[in-house]
Amino acid sequence: MSRLAARFAELKADSKTALIPYVMASDPTPEITLPLMHAMVEAGADVIELGAPFSDPMADGPVIQAAAERSLEHNTSMHDVFSLVSEFRKTDDKTPVIVMGYLNPIEVMGYQSFAQQAAACGIDGVITVDMPPVEAGDYVPALEAEGLDPVFLLAPTSTRERIKKLSEVASGFVYYVSLKGVTGAATLDVTSVEEKVAEIREFIDLPIGVGFGISDAESAARVATCSDAVIVGSVLVKKMTLNNGQTEQERAIIIKEISDILSSMRSALDNGC
Amino acid sequence: MTQVKEKIVAPDYSAMPDEHGHFGVYGGIFASETLMQALDELRDAYEKAKTDKKFQAQFDEDLAQYVGRPSPLYFAERLTQLAGGAQIYLKREDLNHTGAHKINNTIGQGLLAKMMGKKRIIAETGAGQHGVASATVAARFGMECIVYMGSEDIVRQSPNVYRMKLLGAKVVAVESGSKTLKDALNEAMRDWVTNVDDTFYIIGTVAGPHPYPAMVRDFQAIIGREAKAQMQEQCGCLPDALVACVGGGSNAIGLFHPFLADESVVMYGVEGGGLGVETGSHAAPLCSGRLGVLHGNRTYLMEDSNGQIIETHSVSAGLDYPGVGPEHAWLKDIGRVNYVAATDSEALEAFHTLTRAEGIIPALESSHAVAYGVKLAATMKPEQRIIINLSGRGDKDINTIADIEGMKL
Repeated sequence: MSRLAARFAELKADSKTALIPYVMASDPTPEITLPLMHAMVEAGADVIELGAPFSDPMADGPVIQAAAERSLEHNTSMHDVFSLVSEFRKTDDKTPVIVMGYLNPIEVMGYQSFAQQAAACGIDGVITVDMPPVEAGDYVPALEAEGLDPVFLLAPTSTRERIKKLSEVASGFVYYVSLKGVTGAATLDVTSVEEKVAEIREFIDLPIGVGFGISDAESAARVATCSDAVIVGSVLVKKMTLNNGQTEQERAIIIKEISDILSSMRSALDNGC
Repeated sequence: MTQVKEKIVAPDYSAMPDEHGHFGVYGGIFASETLMQALDELRDAYEKAKTDKKFQAQFDEDLAQYVGRPSPLYFAERLTQLAGGAQIYLKREDLNHTGAHKINNTIGQGLLAKMMGKKRIIAETGAGQHGVASATVAARFGMECIVYMGSEDIVRQSPNVYRMKLLGAKVVAVESGSKTLKDALNEAMRDWVTNVDDTFYIIGTVAGPHPYPAMVRDFQAIIGREAKAQMQEQCGCLPDALVACVGGGSNAIGLFHPFLADESVVMYGVEGGGLGVETGSHAAPLCSGRLGVLHGNRTYLMEDSNGQIIETHSVSAGLDYPGVGPEHAWLKDIGRVNYVAATDSEALEAFHTLTRAEGIIPALESSHAVAYGVKLAATMKPEQRIIINLSGRGDKDINTIADIEGMKL
C-alpha cells in the first residue's frame, strides 16, 4: 500500500479529516524548508504538499506567484526538490509528500526520468496543474510505473463527463478546487462545495481533498464536514514574508507562525466536526 | 523527437490540427481544470460558426465594411531596386482599420463572443495592437473590455495604451515576471479562471490551448487567400517566396496557410533576433529554443535546463514572447517553412529603408520581415517575386525609435 493510501486508511479508521499544508520549496530560503516540513508534521499535518516553482504560475494568485519568484531567486530546480524530500525521508518515513507544480519542469526532464527520480527520493504523488487527463496518455503510466499517484484536480466547472473521465486516471486522492479563481482567493461557498463533492463521489471512490480559499480554522472545519482532506496554501505562504529567513532566528519565527495556524486548524478539524 | 526533413507525401495541411488540437506532437490543451469546460464550449461554438453561413457572411461583411478589406498587394518598386533582385510585393495589413492584421482575428472572436452571449471581453497585449483591436471590437459590440499589458510594454507603447483607454477599455498593468507579453497572458488566464461564466478571452495569436491556434489561424487566413488571388490577378502566377515576422505567429500563419500545399512557394518566418541569436538575448524560440509546454500548448520555448521560461529580448514588443504557435513548431519540424531571425539593428535599418524608399512607416515587428525580405530578394532573380507581410503600421513605434536614436519628441 502506498504511503498516501495508508495515511488515508488510517485517518478513515480514526474518523479524521486530513490536514494538507502547501509550501513552496526554498521559500524564502533553501534552509527553511526541511525544518518547516518536520514542524508542520509536528503541528498536525497528515500529508505535505511541496510546491515546485515555475516561472509562469498561471493558476496561482499573487501570494503563491511571489513564493515562486522567491524560490527561483535561489535557482530552485526539480533536483533541489528531490534532495529536500530525500533529506526529509531520513527521519520521516510515514508522512506522504506530494509535489505540486506545472508541467514544463517535468516535461524537460522527460516523464519517465522524472518519475524514477521522484520515486527514488520518497515522493508519493504528483499534482500538475496544467496536465488534464486528456493529455495524460504518457504521463499517468510513467508515474504509475514507479508507484507514484497522479493526483488530478476537479473544479466547480467540471461536468459529469469530465468527472467520469478523471475517475479512470486519478489515484491517491482527488483535489477539488473549491472556487472559480486562482489560489488564495477569498470567497468560499461551502454549500456549493458540498453539492459538488457529493456529485464527485457518485463517480470516484478516492478520498477528496478541498483546497483554494481556505484561510482559517473556521473555514477548514466547515469544509471538513464534506471532504476527506483540507488543503491550505496561501494563508501559510503569506508568512514567508515576515522576514528574509536569513538567520536561524528569523526562520524560527516563520516556522512558529505556520505551526500555530496548522495547530489551530488541527484542533478545529478534530473537535469542531 | 525526430526532425523529418524529407517529405515523402505532402501532409494534408487543412486537416490539422487533430480533434484535440495537436499539430504532430505540438499544440494540445494543457490548461487547468477550471478552464476545460469553457474551452470545450468555445471549441463547439467555433465548430458551429465555421459552417454557419450567417456567421461567415457577417464576418466577411465586417472585414469588408469595417476593416476595409481586401488590403492591397502593393508592388514596392523602389524597395525592389534597392534590394537588387526579386520583385518585392507588400501585403498591406498596415492599412486595415486600427493599423494591423490583429483586427481580422478580433472581429472573428468578437462575433463568436456575441454568438455565445458573453458580455465581457478580456485580452492580453504586447505591442498594444491586439489590445487596440480587442478594445475596438468591444466598443463596437458594446461589451466591457479589460486588456492586460506588461508594465514594461506600457512604457514602450504608450500611444496604444491611450488609444485603448479612448476606446473605453480598462488597461491593467502587469507587474509580475518579466512584465511583458507572457506575463500579460498569465494574468489574462487568471482573470478567465475567475470570471469564466460571463467572460470571453480573445487570444491575439496562434498560441494558447486548443481551439485558439486553429481558430486564430482561420480568422487570419484571409491574408493569404487575398494575397494569392491578388498575385494571380496582377502577375498570373504564384509568388516564389513569402516572408512574415513571427512572435506568436498569427500574421505569418495567416499569410502562409493558404499557400502550404503550393510546394513551389518557399516560406520564411522571421523571429526577433534581438542582439543576435548567438548572444542569448533574443526572442527566437524556433531558431534556438527547446520543446516545452507553456500557456496551454506544447511548442518551442525559450527556457533554461530546469524548464523555467527565460526572459526574452526584442526591440519590438510584439515579438517579445518566449513561445510560438504550435503549428509553426510543426511546420519547422516537417521542413515546410524556414525560420530565421533578424536582429534589432537589422529591423531598425529596414524600418528606415522602407519609410524612405516607399513612404510607408512599418511597425517594428513588420520591420523584421522587411529586413529579411530585402536580404532574401538580393539572392533571387529579377523575374522572381516575393511577398512580405507588412503586418502593421509604425506610428505606435515612433517614440521607441526616437528614444533609441537619442531624439526627443
